Amino acid sequence: MMQEENSFVKGIKDGLPICFGYISVAFAFGIFSVENGLRVIEALLISMTNVTSAGQLAAVPIMVSGGTLLELAVAQLVINLRYALMSVSLSQKLGSSMRMLDRFIVSFVNTDEVFAVASSQPKRVGRRYLYGLILPPFVGWSLGTLLGACAGHVLPGAVTSALGVAIYAMFIAIVIPQTKNKATAGCVLLSIALSCAFAFLPVLKEVQSGFAIIICAAVASAIFAFLAPVTQLGEERIQ
Amino acid sequence: MNHATFWMYLLTMAGVTYLVRMLPMVLLKKQIKNRFILSFLHYIPYTVLSVMTVPAIFSATSSTISAWVGFAVAVVAAFFKRSLLTVAALSCVAVFVAETILHVCV
Repeated sequence: MMQEENSFVKGIKDGLPICFGYISVAFAFGIFSVENGLRVIEALLISMTNVTSAGQLAAVPIMVSGGTLLELAVAQLVINLRYALMSVSLSQKLGSSMRMLDRFIVSFVNTDEVFAVASSQPKRVGRRYLYGLILPPFVGWSLGTLLGACAGHVLPGAVTSALGVAIYAMFIAIVIPQTKNKATAGCVLLSIALSCAFAFLPVLKEVQSGFAIIICAAVASAIFAFLAPVTQLGEERIQ
Repeated sequence: MNHATFWMYLLTMAGVTYLVRMLPMVLLKKQIKNRFILSFLHYIPYTVLSVMTVPAIFSATSSTISAWVGFAVAVVAAFFKRSLLTVAALSCVAVFVAETILHVCV
């Protein structure tokens, strides 16, 4: 049985880089919302209740153009369905300290980055660790939105442009060390090839990006799950 | 947009987003034993993050060239196993420097 990582302080420490990354991305969301005619408090409420970048960015135009609730709901479902995949994956890594109530609370902030960091832990993750891990990102996301909505126009464009790369750089920092394993490297390359196909090829590029993410990730993972199966989540493959 | 409309929108989007995240984590309490599904879930974090990064990162800054510079710096820093924060900071600085140089030269 794997041991459990359950230190609140370790969680906070791992959550801080996500927090800084989020301040910059949420900052951009804050600017975007106010430019589209939302009030500062509205932008903040959206961030505090959703904690999802792509979904929120898609929602603002629908809201300000008076779109229907169904349209909004479907857009959120499609864009955010990848979180269901992540929650399934993370559910298999939770330690025995996680109670039912903890699952209800932690899943609220199961973002791409929280999921990525929790998944990359060598041990199972416990409730104290996860509460530590989700706290800084939630604060960063809310604070960044508030700052961007209030004072977005103060920062020079060169600075906001440079901050735009932060979240992706974090993803790269998580993925690259794992590619020392040849199967993972192959799987990652295949998923990138598929992703580029969906971005550039005719017909495929018409597919909504939320769907495209799910299709590319699921197809590449399924192929390598068949070719190079593992014995336990987070462990090296046996063959 | 009046307040009532805003709250309906807010409730709808927050509700959908939360249910998508919460249901699998609350309903799946048992350990999955199927080796194919386990392996699939093993690869999912890395494929999801890769797919979200490429090619989106190349349009994340104000010029494709600076984005490539940021990408390359992040890959090299990550290869040498720098922390998440270090990789992100180095990449941002690289983009900033690249754009400053581009701005001066072009």
